[in-house]
Amino acid sequence: MTLLDLKPGQRACIQGWTTVEPPLRLMELGLLPGTDIEFVRFAPLGDPIDIKVRGYHLSIRKTEAALIRIERP
Amino acid sequence: MAESTSRPTRKIALIGNPNVGKTTVFNLLTGMRQKVGNYPGVTVERKVGRIVGDLDIDLIDLPGSYSLSPKSLDERIAYDVLIGHLPGETAPDLAVCVVDASNLERNLYLVTQVIDVGLPVIVALNMTDAAEEAGLSIDVKALEESLGVPVIPMVASRNDGIGKLKYRMRQEELPEPAERKWELMPVVAEVIPDLEEELKSHLPEKSRFIEALQCLTSDTMLESWLTRAPRFHARVLAVRERLEERKAPYRQAEIMGRYNWLSPLVARVAIKQKDPNQQTVSDRIDAVLTHRIFGPLLFGLVLLLIFQAVFTWATPVMDGIEAGVVGLGDLVRSGMPPSMFTDLLVDGVITGVGNVVVFLPQILLLFFFLGLMEDTGYMARSAFIMDRVMHRVGLSGGSVVPMLSSFACAIPGIMAARTLANPRDRLITIMVAPLMSCSARLPVYTLFIAAFLPTGAVLGIFTFQGIAMFSMYLLGTVMAFIAAFVLRRFVFKGESSFFAMELPPYRMPRFRQIIWRMIDRSKAFVVRAGKIIFGMSVLLWVLATFPRSNTPDEMIAERATIDLQIDTRADSLQAAGMTASNALIEAQVAMNGAIRTLDARESAYQIERSVIGRMGHAIEPIMRPLGFDWKISAGIISAFAAREVIISALATLYSVGDIDDDSPLLREKLKADRYADGSPVYTPLVAVSLLVFFVLALQCMSTLAIARRETNSWKWPAVMWLYMTGLAWLFSFVIYQGGKALGLG
Ligand SMILES: Nc1nc2c(ncn2[C@@H]2O[C@H](COP(=O)(O)OP(=O)(O)OP(=O)(O)O)[C@@H](O)[C@H]2O)c(=O)[nH]1
Repeated sequence: MTLLDLKPGQRACIQGWTTVEPPLRLMELGLLPGTDIEFVRFAPLGDPIDIKVRGYHLSIRKTEAALIRIERP
Repeated sequence: MAESTSRPTRKIALIGNPNVGKTTVFNLLTGMRQKVGNYPGVTVERKVGRIVGDLDIDLIDLPGSYSLSPKSLDERIAYDVLIGHLPGETAPDLAVCVVDASNLERNLYLVTQVIDVGLPVIVALNMTDAAEEAGLSIDVKALEESLGVPVIPMVASRNDGIGKLKYRMRQEELPEPAERKWELMPVVAEVIPDLEEELKSHLPEKSRFIEALQCLTSDTMLESWLTRAPRFHARVLAVRERLEERKAPYRQAEIMGRYNWLSPLVARVAIKQKDPNQQTVSDRIDAVLTHRIFGPLLFGLVLLLIFQAVFTWATPVMDGIEAGVVGLGDLVRSGMPPSMFTDLLVDGVITGVGNVVVFLPQILLLFFFLGLMEDTGYMARSAFIMDRVMHRVGLSGGSVVPMLSSFACAIPGIMAARTLANPRDRLITIMVAPLMSCSARLPVYTLFIAAFLPTGAVLGIFTFQGIAMFSMYLLGTVMAFIAAFVLRRFVFKGESSFFAMELPPYRMPRFRQIIWRMIDRSKAFVVRAGKIIFGMSVLLWVLATFPRSNTPDEMIAERATIDLQIDTRADSLQAAGMTASNALIEAQVAMNGAIRTLDARESAYQIERSVIGRMGHAIEPIMRPLGFDWKISAGIISAFAAREVIISALATLYSVGDIDDDSPLLREKLKADRYADGSPVYTPLVAVSLLVFFVLALQCMSTLAIARRETNSWKWPAVMWLYMTGLAWLFSFVIYQGGKALGLG
């Protein structure tokens, strides 16, 4: 499952990517396999979304969230 | 950049993630001794400040970035400056990394990269107050030991720790460059020494590792070696191929290596005393401010307030400046003999300065609000809320504020596009912002709508004229969106932009910082764009004044007649018992009307034969299909100084003399004007065509000047002018010709 399968407020752990080429930009921001991630909320119009990683809030578009493979604890 | 000085200078680079308080630190360290320029050929701003003392320090403020791996221009510049690759720029002696203590892991990622460049590094551990609030206690000693560089805890916004940082920056002895302690995964690590070897004759030992690593992962970095060290270039390609065969994830190796080392380090030095998943105050504020219903609602209110302020609060000050400029002109005129030089001084120079200064109230106000939004953290939320809508048309959430500001004036609007981190989003925003109807178009709309469109009511409360006015604004906005869409689709295509934007915690704004930024931006405007605006103002005056032609005989004769009439009248008054001087004044007053009319006709005669008048005639063939005669064409050219100038230009051309926007006199003259065949020059259709032309055309040299300044090239302003003027012509053409075909002419 990907980050988009979570509901707002749920947490999960990043497992990897849904593409062959990982999004380096997101990795540099600290989204690595093994990192805990929280899906905080949707933007009022449904896109982008607000996530929390390594103690800070990051906003990414749904297309980017769909790249992140996760597993629920 | 170096001011001549006999004292030794040290060069220090300031670097950090966005939003960590880097600007605050920079301002505190350098005060007002700052110089802003551009890196050669690119839009990235180069800011240098000087710290004076026994040892002078040139402090270079690098663009805020998350990483040194060059994926954007900002990061590329940051890396090139640190490693000393930029032509004409030596590598700094020391790098100061500003770090957000409440967000250590991500911030230290950049620090480890800077360390690898091989420079001495000092970490300015900022926002320790925020870290404390979040329940983090940081063991500074342990952090220093783990990183191998000095760490100075501070709270920049309260001016805590700056003194200590300054002291360390000045110390004779620089800190030792730290060793690299993190490790690459073995498959990748084993190929690096070979690559380093190839760089031996090109780079000092300390910076070979990071350069090799950068080139391994980034094509743009590697490209620069193609001619400088072809062997190295070929080697890297071969190594990549080998790694790919082995399915080694070499592109992510660096990131994983650094974080793998950092995570346990941070866990050790930053002890969490609260549950990290607990809701913070900031989270609770966000629950309201980005709420599905309240979020957009509140954002709408905030925009309304900004719009209101920039649109209306600035007006009295702008009117005051304009009145001041006119007053000063009159003063100069009354104190100096009438001459060409006086005219140049008043109509060229003073007006030119006025044209620059008049924008300041709006720029200051807008940047006050932008500063407030940025400083509190609300700016990121507004982009979060609006991104979906703006993304549809090829912009991003951050474009909303610049675009809306452009309703007041494109100058501050274009400057506001700086808040966009993505260079492509920023450029597209700059390119389409001038399509939003700015306040300088308003007087033009008012004049032509009031003069030529019917007054009747539509649907009860709306008037036809009101709807026309609204349509002008709507047309501009819709065209801006279409233009953005087209630009994104066809000009700036390629890899889709990554959005990933930090939502920083809410903070109390610091007014000192905000005021500072307001002054900073205004200074940049006056110094850089002001020069161009001023020069063009003078040029336009010259074009409207020269060549001088001789007053035609009939006007000379007329003036002689008037003089004669004055004489006779004065004589008869004197005969009736008045003193000679009183009689003369009385007689002149009586003839005042006739003199003014003649003066106005002479001005009209002069301007028709001036370069602008001739240009009006010259472009008339191109403008005729839009319904414009040579006078309108000349007016359009002079409106290049500022759109509203078309009104005073038309007034001169129609011999009306000085007038206000809605002078009934000019309106009547326009309505009465006829072509040689007796048909009216201005019909409602011509008015609509002209209105549309003004909505779309880039009739504003100041916009071009600021676009030049912000994009650091004439290319984009040129493209901007061409596409907007092309659009304007096309639309006016279709409207006028279509209207005529439908029998509306
Ligand atoms: N709580 C706290 N806030 C700070 C501190 N230092 C700076 N700030 C605030 O943090 C915000 C961002 O500061 P800036 O100096 O603009 O940050 P920057 O790193 O230059 O950010 P960019 O301009 O986005 O690169 C401002 O509201 C500052 O007042 C600090 O030590 N503690």
